Amino acid sequence: MVKDLSVNLCGHRLPNPVIPASGTFGFGVEMAGCMDLDVLGGIALKGTTLAARPGNPTPRIAESPAGMLNAVGLQNPGIDALVHEKIPALRKVYGGLVIANISGFSIKEYEAGCARADACGGIDLIEVNISCPNVHGGGMSFGTDPFSAAEVTRAVKAACLRTPVFIKLSPNVTDITAIARSCEDAGADGLTLVNTFLGMRIDIARRRPLLTNRTGGVSGPAIFPMALRMVYEVAHACSIPVMGCGGVTDTAGVIEMMMAGAAAVQVGAANIRNPFVCPDIIRALPALMDRLGIETLQDIIGTA
Amino acid sequence: MRKEKLTILSNLPVAAAIWRLELATEDPGREVDGEFVHLSVPGHFLRRPLSLCEVNPGRITLLYKIVGEGTRTLASLPEGTILDALTDLGHGFHPEACRQEALLIGGGLGAAPLYLLARRLKAAGKSVTAVLGFNRVEEVVLDAAFCTLCDRVEMTTLDGSAGRKGFVTDALEVLELRYDYFYTCGPMVMMKAVCALLPGSGEASLEERMGCGCGICYGCSIPTAQGPRRVCADGPVFKKEDLSW
Repeated sequence: MVKDLSVNLCGHRLPNPVIPASGTFGFGVEMAGCMDLDVLGGIALKGTTLAARPGNPTPRIAESPAGMLNAVGLQNPGIDALVHEKIPALRKVYGGLVIANISGFSIKEYEAGCARADACGGIDLIEVNISCPNVHGGGMSFGTDPFSAAEVTRAVKAACLRTPVFIKLSPNVTDITAIARSCEDAGADGLTLVNTFLGMRIDIARRRPLLTNRTGGVSGPAIFPMALRMVYEVAHACSIPVMGCGGVTDTAGVIEMMMAGAAAVQVGAANIRNPFVCPDIIRALPALMDRLGIETLQDIIGTA
Repeated sequence: MRKEKLTILSNLPVAAAIWRLELATEDPGREVDGEFVHLSVPGHFLRRPLSLCEVNPGRITLLYKIVGEGTRTLASLPEGTILDALTDLGHGFHPEACRQEALLIGGGLGAAPLYLLARRLKAAGKSVTAVLGFNRVEEVVLDAAFCTLCDRVEMTTLDGSAGRKGFVTDALEVLELRYDYFYTCGPMVMMKAVCALLPGSGEASLEERMGCGCGICYGCSIPTAQGPRRVCADGPVFKKEDLSW
């Protein structure tokens, strides 16, 4: 029987809820030669700042049990390259939902970056990253305090005249619902959670931190239960849509995230292990839905 | 890039902590492309990138050194084990950049991808001189294979237990080697010294801790004259003049 995998996200009808998360799928075009991008529910593009950034020195990647750490540090070609090169190139090969991920180091920078993304045709949603743990003086420092999270939200909402704005939250807080509610009150159209958990590894032979940045963001299956708990809490505390993210690697993880309240599900570190994992999950969803007696995926959102 | 199953044909030690892994593709006629394969190792989240050393229809050979838990697990896998692999990855050396006389400088396991290159250079009718450096005689690999294939082979070891004593750069300084293009692979400090020492054009194959291996995570980016470049997808081979070291 035919299963309905489609979900609604801020007025966009997605063919399914599975979206590669920002930072784990480049700018989408990199994979165009290897898969049909149109099977995806959407694509969240690599985090972009106003000016180009080289990122942190290597090593930027480390392994951990059931996951990994990264300290890429927002390497990106800048908003001009996003608008003039990356988006047009992606649009030649992909017709689905495009999520631009915008980061900054000041309220003004967030505002200016989002305004540019909003004015660029070809971007359907803007995800504002106030949760990058790998840069200093920006990113996560805006996302760990309800007041500054609201301040960024208000500024970017005023700058975005046509594109819905999701705020991407950090899990490195005591009460994520306080930050989430603060963003909702400030006008956010939706929330993405969670970004990576701050962590570190030490090279025991060298007796030094393994990552040059010393710390990095932990992702992968290890963080799934924590991310799921936060999605559940925020979905119950807020009435705007939530994109669930954190440690999803398979179809069951997608279903769990949706039952916890996610309207769509982002897959992150799993792409780094297997760049074909999103199409694999999407292909396997109908069989699991059948086993669980689910006809319409949208119906299970928040049912847990 | 493609994702495929590779079957272990043999997995045996060939030198101190260095193993030779021979893998078969599902399609016996398939020739693996690119510069490296990204292997999934049971019990580990991230894959391990290994350079291609030999490519034949239906099979590939890789050399790896046991440096951590991942490679230790890999060394324990018996013949017949099926590995999940990403293949056809990376941009390799350019044999066509050499007009007639190629100079190859390898350090340790850097000899492995240079062997693949040497075969391609010889197949194209070029003359090949190889200078291979190792720490000690127990770590020497591929010496017989290079000697059979190349026009001239010089070996160095740090402790003098095989070949000339010292670094490859010591040998490059005293030997009069004719070449119009050079290729190097080995430890970063060695390749940096080689590029600083040798006049003329050449290229180097870099190693970096990788995430995806296919250019989507930006985990292995290095600074170059052209801006940041991903070792996995833009490299691993870069021209000497593009490297900022």
